[in-house]
Amino acid sequence: MSAASLPQADARVSPEDFKQRSHESLHDAHLRQSFRGAMDFLVERRALQFPDLQAFNTLRKLGENVRQHALAQLPDLLERLEARLTELGVAVHWAETPADANRIFLDIARRHAATLMVKGKSMVSEEIGLNHEMAAHGVECIETDMGEYILQLDGDRPSHIIMPAIHKTKEDVAAIFHEHIDGAPLSDDVNELIAIGRRALREKFASAKIGVSGVNFMVAETGTLALVENEGNGRLCTSVPDVHVAITGLEKVVDRLEHVLPLYALLPKSATGQAVTTYLNLITGPRRAGEKDGPREMHLILLDNGRTQAYREARFRATLQCIRCGACMNHCPVYTRVGGLSYGTTYPGPIGAIISPHLMGLQSTRDLPTASSLCGACGDVCPVGIPIPDMLMKLREAGRHSVAESITPPAQALVGQGSVRRAGEVLAWRAWRVLYSHAALYRLFAWLAPRLRWLTPAWQGGWTASRAALKPAPRSLREQLARRRAGRTVPGR
Amino acid sequence: MSASPHAAGSTETRQVYLFATCVIDLFAPQAGVDVVEVLERLGVTVHFPAAQTCCGQPAYTTGFPEEARKVAAAQLDLFPEPWPVIVPSGSCGGMLKQHWPRLFADDPARRVQAESIAARTVEFTDYLVNTLGFRLDAPAASGAPLRVALHTSCSARREMGTLGCGRALLERLPGVERVEHGHEAECCGFGGTFSVKHPEISAAMAADKLDALTASGCESFVSADCGCLLNLNLSLEKRGAALRGQHIASLVRARMDGAAS
Amino acid sequence: MSGAAAEPRARAAIFARLRAAPDVEPVAVPDVAGYYRNRAAPSGESRRERFVRNARSWRAEVIETTAGDWPAALDAVLDARNVRRLLAGRGTTIADTLAARLPAGRLRWYDAPLASFKPELFGAIDAGITTTLGAVAETGSLLLWPDAAEPRTLSLVQPLHIAVLHESGLHETLFDAMVGQGWAARMPSNALLVTGPSKTADIQRMLVYGAHGPRELVILLLRDGDAA
Ligand code: SF4
Repeated sequence: MSAASLPQADARVSPEDFKQRSHESLHDAHLRQSFRGAMDFLVERRALQFPDLQAFNTLRKLGENVRQHALAQLPDLLERLEARLTELGVAVHWAETPADANRIFLDIARRHAATLMVKGKSMVSEEIGLNHEMAAHGVECIETDMGEYILQLDGDRPSHIIMPAIHKTKEDVAAIFHEHIDGAPLSDDVNELIAIGRRALREKFASAKIGVSGVNFMVAETGTLALVENEGNGRLCTSVPDVHVAITGLEKVVDRLEHVLPLYALLPKSATGQAVTTYLNLITGPRRAGEKDGPREMHLILLDNGRTQAYREARFRATLQCIRCGACMNHCPVYTRVGGLSYGTTYPGPIGAIISPHLMGLQSTRDLPTASSLCGACGDVCPVGIPIPDMLMKLREAGRHSVAESITPPAQALVGQGSVRRAGEVLAWRAWRVLYSHAALYRLFAWLAPRLRWLTPAWQGGWTASRAALKPAPRSLREQLARRRAGRTVPGR
Repeated sequence: MSASPHAAGSTETRQVYLFATCVIDLFAPQAGVDVVEVLERLGVTVHFPAAQTCCGQPAYTTGFPEEARKVAAAQLDLFPEPWPVIVPSGSCGGMLKQHWPRLFADDPARRVQAESIAARTVEFTDYLVNTLGFRLDAPAASGAPLRVALHTSCSARREMGTLGCGRALLERLPGVERVEHGHEAECCGFGGTFSVKHPEISAAMAADKLDALTASGCESFVSADCGCLLNLNLSLEKRGAALRGQHIASLVRARMDGAAS
Repeated sequence: MSGAAAEPRARAAIFARLRAAPDVEPVAVPDVAGYYRNRAAPSGESRRERFVRNARSWRAEVIETTAGDWPAALDAVLDARNVRRLLAGRGTTIADTLAARLPAGRLRWYDAPLASFKPELFGAIDAGITTTLGAVAETGSLLLWPDAAEPRTLSLVQPLHIAVLHESGLHETLFDAMVGQGWAARMPSNALLVTGPSKTADIQRMLVYGAHGPRELVILLLRDGDAA
């Protein structure tokens, strides 16, 4: 298969179309059912891993502590990490934007005259659109995680950060393999399908010059990159090709090697309800003298892409504590119903709603922070204690207030700060404030509204699409209580 | 009347404030009347400061904290005595208890007031169960058997921690059997302005909740939050379904009436 | 090259933004050791029993044997699976025994660097056998430090991975191993925690073993004390 023949996921998908796409998803009974089933499964499996709430909270506090401790000294840790990696012979690259990161990849590929890369699961590589960019320059970048591979063959996108292909059935996969893999029989036996995928990808592992991976945790103390996985493709990508290029967000660093332990204790339990993954792969530099495998050359690309914006304000910094476990989406009633593809972002669900505005600006992502009932299920399960509902509220505020309009103005505007502000909404809340902060005015309103309830419109926008109209009661509580008090001797009903 | 408050501690008159919430005041006043009625029958003197309006939550959660602050500020002077502030809503209770102190973090004088109120804020079922030790001691004949489902709002569950109180309260009503429904811990889809900003998603959540409640075989359902109840009842009305929910205080009062008759 | 010129600029800009961020309240140093110290000690079974139970729960086959009997146990494993070519590293603690025990045709040494060995590695070998650095009882995981003698791919490419583990190498937790063995000061180029065979649930959440790595993991657990 040549790079040109690989279907490419539609790069134009954008969070601006969230409402349209979620509308379609809500009416797709099959999709609804498969997400509900998958999320119920993951929720149940996670619950089995944390039977004791107190024990969970103790571990979660430690995980939160590790991440906050690292973020509090982030620039220092990054400098130490860079120094350690440089000593080990790893080239460290800094990328402000996805374009920067892709250029670095391309430079490396060109230097090695590579036309094929094999890639382990990496959400940051999705974030920069690596496959697409490499294909545009004649470099084939093959996904090797089974779920991602299926999607890549089909030109589809991941709908979940841990289980990317949960929206595909085994029949879908059978058809995709049959169509795209030479000699693949049409089988919907899952064992056989995985065997087909394994065989097809073996050739790629053996021939690719460059292996690409994400990183789960980086250790400043030792220069270690920790990768967490079940399939073994991550180990192959980082052991077989001559060159290993790791890419990750610059926030993923921790101070000491032992700090990885609580995070690793939390990650697979929160993600898939497993106590551990098959592999915890700790990589500290390239192949050493005398070793027979492992990459001879190693690169680490550290991507900013808006992370420093989240970092710079205390109220958004906790966003960067995230370890990408996906628990928040598994427990999210909105995600469960609209599915991951509706978001039009690399990271869907609650984590997507709080990180995407920093990566893409508040304007194009405007519908994501509001697409939450603030039920709090995400915050309950987040293994590093990110107050996700609070962040959503703060993003709603930032979208609706420019720096000048903010009461406690931030030092610098977020990208798209104030861009969601609409005169009508501002006016409505101003009117609401005047009414509800003046007792006499409100009392008059509470007297009037029940008496004018016959004027209540039968159509109340989105509310009445699925509900009867909201009408004031015939008499307000305050009136009823006043009357009750006046006629004390009369029983209440 | 055979309802006895089993009040723990002293017998002196208990005085409480009622912060009834704007939703109850205009849209669900019967819930408020029933709250007052139940408390008074249990020997509690209820003070309803007439100048109260709203906790400010709608603006707060929509991204207009300054509007919320002004509205909340107008409530701060209304609860001067050291009495508990009873809130018949986990959601508004959560606003008073968890968010008011933060809302006034930069305003020392108001913060003291907000913190005092936060410390005294008690959700209605919590007050009944844990402060009054309420239990309806009724002869077996009182009140027909009733199967009810309990919808606990997300804020009641997470910000007020009153899931157990609602369950305990139902257990203390003889003849009332609580039935579970599927995905009971899941949100009903209300979420304040979420229900109008994303009406389709909100409707899908409400529809699933209604399906689960209907499938539970309950005769009616209760909640301690009128926001959820309006969302669910008006959705049921639109469906043309007969099932309805009521505030848990209304059920308690009805069972007291049954016990008294 | 444009990239090379842009990178120092990007680095400087990123650090400028990070350094400009306001300080937050100081954060306590995480007490990972304290966390592990305070956890309730497991009880009711020996560490070996716990390891075996947990490893099996991840679909590893654990064969409890002794320092004297393990070669026979290995024979049985190889025969049962009809392994014709077993790959092993030279100069390890098991190398002499393997050389003495297995016919030359059945044993293949991992001698050449991967680049020249790749076709054979990916095509003509049925199983790999490695020593281990120890194991973690709490999760039933093996600790591997691949090196010059036993490269990373020795435990990765073949459908069957056989690991020889001494009971004395069992640690309760990964923390105990990491701190007890002083990993931070001497991290190898690759350190692994391996728990069961490779697997995936990417198609309809159905669990399938042997995704990209070994389909089977057999652990020869050499018990202490009852050596022949
Ligand atoms: S925000 Fe929390 S729950 Fe969500 S993916 Fe990140 S770590 Fe997991």
